[in-house]
Amino acid sequence: MALVVHMLILVGVVLLHVAYATYFERKVIGHMQVRMGPTRVGPLGLLQPIADGIKLFFKEDVIPGCADRTLFYAAPIICLVAAMANLAVLPFASGLVLAKINIGLLFVFAMSSLASYGVVLAGWASNSKFSFLGGLRSMSQVISYEIALGLSLVGVMMMAGSLDLSEIVAAQQQSRFGIYAIPQFLGFFVFVVAMLAETNRAPFDLPEAESELVAGYFTEYSGIRFSLFFMAEYIGMLVMASIATICFLGGWSGPFAVPHVPFFWFAAKIYGIMFFYFWLRATLPRYRYDQLMSLGWKVLIPLALLNIVVTGFVKTIF
Amino acid sequence: MMGTEFRNLAVPVRDGESELFTVQMGPQHPATHGVLKLNLWMDGETVVRCDPDAGYLHRGFEKIAENKTYAQFLPLTDRLDYISAMANNVGYCVAVEALLRIEVPLRAQYIRTMVAEMARITGHLLWLATHALDIGAMTVFLYCFRERGLLLDLFEELSGARLTTTYTRIGGVRQDVTARAMEKLARFVEEFPSRIAEYETLIDTNRIWLKRTKGIGCVSAEQAVQLGFTGPSLRASGVDYDVRKHRPYCAYDKVQFEVPIGVNGDVYDRYRCRMEELRQSALIIRQCLEQLPPGAIVADNAPDLVMPLARPRQPMAGSSLATGYIELVPNNDVYPEGDVYVSIEGSKGELGFYFVSDGGGRPYRMHIRSPSYIHIGGLATVCEGVLVADVIAIIGSLDVVLGECDR
Repeated sequence: MALVVHMLILVGVVLLHVAYATYFERKVIGHMQVRMGPTRVGPLGLLQPIADGIKLFFKEDVIPGCADRTLFYAAPIICLVAAMANLAVLPFASGLVLAKINIGLLFVFAMSSLASYGVVLAGWASNSKFSFLGGLRSMSQVISYEIALGLSLVGVMMMAGSLDLSEIVAAQQQSRFGIYAIPQFLGFFVFVVAMLAETNRAPFDLPEAESELVAGYFTEYSGIRFSLFFMAEYIGMLVMASIATICFLGGWSGPFAVPHVPFFWFAAKIYGIMFFYFWLRATLPRYRYDQLMSLGWKVLIPLALLNIVVTGFVKTIF
Repeated sequence: MMGTEFRNLAVPVRDGESELFTVQMGPQHPATHGVLKLNLWMDGETVVRCDPDAGYLHRGFEKIAENKTYAQFLPLTDRLDYISAMANNVGYCVAVEALLRIEVPLRAQYIRTMVAEMARITGHLLWLATHALDIGAMTVFLYCFRERGLLLDLFEELSGARLTTTYTRIGGVRQDVTARAMEKLARFVEEFPSRIAEYETLIDTNRIWLKRTKGIGCVSAEQAVQLGFTGPSLRASGVDYDVRKHRPYCAYDKVQFEVPIGVNGDVYDRYRCRMEELRQSALIIRQCLEQLPPGAIVADNAPDLVMPLARPRQPMAGSSLATGYIELVPNNDVYPEGDVYVSIEGSKGELGFYFVSDGGGRPYRMHIRSPSYIHIGGLATVCEGVLVADVIAIIGSLDVVLGECDR
């Protein structure tokens, strides 16, 4: 029973986070672009995400005539379920985790790969050319960057000696710098770049490049199904920001303990990373497909491999 | 699939490529700047063949012109390149004045030069905004619109309209500039160069921007001339041709400015050329403000706004009131006969107006040489063998506006 309550609270909090992450994004980018962002709905536009949600919920759910209906229905659900499943293993504070499993990091990898399956299926099932191209791009992007992402975390695993996310944080607290971002700076850099690509965010938002592919894989989706993809993307961002926090930035530990709010530092770090996401989106142009591939294979993967070798040497010698 | 038997491809066709992936990009695509439609034949993400399809915004302006007096057609020129309507007004009036042999007073010449350059800045700002947005840099978009808004405010003050200005009239300009507007304009040109630097810091040092633009969509000088490119798209390829320098109109021979020339003719050079032109335009406006002479703003022999198709019928020689019988004869020969082609340097390229006159108050035939139409025609050549993301960058860099293309 407690587990069910825990799950419900978690899902509720995360969905609220998704709604207000869009608000945060629009406000941040708005102020970066000499405009205000949402101001009309509610005080300071605070009800805007709610209004958007209601609008999306009541919009007509259009399905193209030639679409593969089963896959078309399944794709957004696969995306959302895969993204949500990640939440189970994330430790938000000491002991505040739904499922403490000893392969937490691998589980996250598995689920984020599964989410890209939904994207590919969406592109295929829509039977639309722009969606198809978006799906193809997503597939190759995920395959390339999944490798870099995984390799960048190998250093962390070697230092912590565990794949359990809670234990990685605990090991970090014991380490010399308190956070792994300093000794693992190379891994951290590769992780951040791969994280952006993995979540399809600027400057790697090729699968949904609106100026080239209209909206990429979800061009044909509308209403609630579109918002499922949208939620999956924002939960994906949250998950990746959490992994960055847990593996490199010391998880829930901070310079001083905040009473009654054990997850304070965790949330603060996550929102710092989310801000970084939005900042990049407001600043950078988009990579081209082949440039993205060459960056992944020729720069990030060698760097990540180098990081593993160096970490191994240092660990053996000291 | 569409066969490849329409024409020989310059791109070598390997076996198994007979089934190319066809995409109809447009006419409601977000990056085709209006209603441009491109039929793309693609091999993966590589464009094997690009077939532009114009005409979705065709309104028959050239035919409409045959049924309107010269003065009546003027407001329609706003709807050509609606991003910089002032330049179209100036171009049309310069052409009609050449046909009707009207001398425009000096003050009006300077005002026209000024508004044409303002129009160039508004046009280039919108180009930069959308071009950057196409490549994914969305902040530049809003920065550009901030400055464009200032200029549109000035247009509103000068003519009462922000977009469809109809500011010039045949023989001059419709109303004189106000001191307040000139003050605002002086402040704008003072501040504008620092704003250009601001756009450049956002994109010009960005590695992703350079990767996306350098060496993409190269057009050699010969190719550019063959394709009929004009304006910054031609000059980026290294051809020094600018109507303002080579066939000066208005007051362009009285102001000092440079024509920026590119080298490689790629997307990046076209971008650089336009950025430099923004600086030069600000310079021209400043000189116009300094030199603006007093005087009339409309020529004495300018036709009335309600332009008569023919002069009122005259009493025939010999008939008099005394006899009680007056025979009136029509006088059709008010306007010169013949044809004339006059072009100006619009923000997109050489904007030309060709008139054939049979002496009536309406053109017998009018043709608009719109640079956008010709640049869209060039897309087929430039886009062969590039990636689909580059097609977007190339469309943006050629700066096409469909209102002018389809007229």
